[in-house]
Amino acid sequence: MRHVIVGNSAAAIGCVEGLRRYDKDSPITIISDEPHHTYSRPMISYLLGGLVDESRMAYRPRDFYEKHKVETLLGVEVTRVSPRERVIFLAGGGSMAYDRLLIATGGKPFVPPVPGANLKGVFTFVKWDEARQIARYIDEHQAKSALVIGAGLIGLKTIEALLARGIKVTVVELADRILSTIFDPTAARLAEIILRREGVELRTKTTVGEIIGRGGRVDHAVLRDGERVNCDMVVFAIGVRPNTGLVPTDSGIQIERGIRVDAHMRTTAPGVYAAGDCVEAYDMLADSYHQLAIWPLAYRQGNIAGTNMAGVERAYEGGFPMNSISVCDVPTISVGLVEPPDDGDPARYEVLDDYDRETLTYKKLILRGHRLVGALFFNDIDRAGIYTGLIRDQADITQFKDHLLSGSFGLISLPKDYRKHLVTGSGIEV
Amino acid sequence: MKQIYVNEEYCIGCRLCEIHCAVQHSRSKKIIKAFKEEAPRALARVLVEEEGPLSFAMQCRHCEDALCIEACIVGAMHRDEETGAVLCDEDRCVGCWMCVMVCPFGAIQRNLAGTKAASKCDLCHGEQIPACVAHCPNEALTFVEVKAGGAR
Repeated sequence: MRHVIVGNSAAAIGCVEGLRRYDKDSPITIISDEPHHTYSRPMISYLLGGLVDESRMAYRPRDFYEKHKVETLLGVEVTRVSPRERVIFLAGGGSMAYDRLLIATGGKPFVPPVPGANLKGVFTFVKWDEARQIARYIDEHQAKSALVIGAGLIGLKTIEALLARGIKVTVVELADRILSTIFDPTAARLAEIILRREGVELRTKTTVGEIIGRGGRVDHAVLRDGERVNCDMVVFAIGVRPNTGLVPTDSGIQIERGIRVDAHMRTTAPGVYAAGDCVEAYDMLADSYHQLAIWPLAYRQGNIAGTNMAGVERAYEGGFPMNSISVCDVPTISVGLVEPPDDGDPARYEVLDDYDRETLTYKKLILRGHRLVGALFFNDIDRAGIYTGLIRDQADITQFKDHLLSGSFGLISLPKDYRKHLVTGSGIEV
Repeated sequence: MKQIYVNEEYCIGCRLCEIHCAVQHSRSKKIIKAFKEEAPRALARVLVEEEGPLSFAMQCRHCEDALCIEACIVGAMHRDEETGAVLCDEDRCVGCWMCVMVCPFGAIQRNLAGTKAASKCDLCHGEQIPACVAHCPNEALTFVEVKAGGAR
């Protein structure tokens, strides 16, 4: 059985580890358009900010491929997959046959058609090489100011990295608040207070209208509302779309907003699996299929795909959004829903929260009936995983609802039989 | 592999496990020095929870399907090939707290002293019996062989 993996990040590595757990010998090839040994994509903001050097980028030890008997083809783009022939085609004319294929091509940053977006000094920021390019540009042109477009997760990490380099940052966000997918309005306001305190200029409900160059390089930008923003560079951080360019429309692989996969991470074409940011997988809280571009799920999906590719059946029970992100050193965690949905029956939802204006600390839980479906922690994240576990298990919280936000909430607050259920999986009881 | 078995019926809430865990993970491994002279003081990786007459000590369960390992963005959280223990390579950890977000036991703490890093039970690697077990006066913590599938 010949396994081929397109991609070299969390989902791909998860796949290798899932495969090799059960299949020690079948050949595995990893193909990636990036030339690097597997690295941690989230670390690019630490790298650009100068918090770590390049030696800290590795996601797995240097001998990972050798130890797992993986052949690599790095710096090579896969242009097309042909499930009928079980072949993939490579840029430059080569091809490779497979028995089982994993598509783990991740996301592609979205850049809207803005005049001036092709100028020098305009970047996206999702790859190691882009961190290098931005750093080089800052040094070469002694850039002192930047416009960041989009204040989501990538935008925030871009802002932090640029601040660490002493760059004056202006950020524009089309929504009425920053980080609107992971924060409710209260948490977003807190984050905005922190960013403004660090000197960030924030513009919401607007975006860039045009980027104006001088001598082929970014000189300034004009926002849609007419405001002029002086900036030496521009970073688009609007978000990523599933990177599915290698899948032709007639391939038999169904693509909606991402590659559609079943519970075994199989696509609709025989022998082809997919995992990570390029797929549309099951969201257990929303009870629907959509892209959930987060690291832990990418690894998990890849691992499950690998297990199934090795011939051992394992199902994906679904995921839900979760993010742990610091806002200029203030820790935050957001899991599941951040607000009761508009379209649902409002009577089914209940919100518990606790806000301390003095310390900028905020906790919020969202209940749907007797289940926890959302948890948000700002500036106090200790033991947040217990809540994530309650969401994952869809545990009935009726018995301990009143303790959920108390300072002493812990495993001790849970009913004994649930505590027991929690810990018996690994062979230990309490 | 051997696991720490938690028996809440026997726990008297004395917190000796926390103290000896901190000592074991201090630089000197001496109780007086660890608490009086070393700064920052080493963190205990076991946590006693107490409410009324009920108490128990809880540390990392070294899960077979460890959510912290899959969530770790830098590969610092890993399984020790020899012992099967889930360990955090604190030199590689960057303190993103993804592990804190996913651990259903709340068994991973943030160590904010020095370079921020996740702090968790390492089964006192190398020691025959982990310090918390060795110093539990009432066998509320025991170190026992656990077979796959959950049976003791």
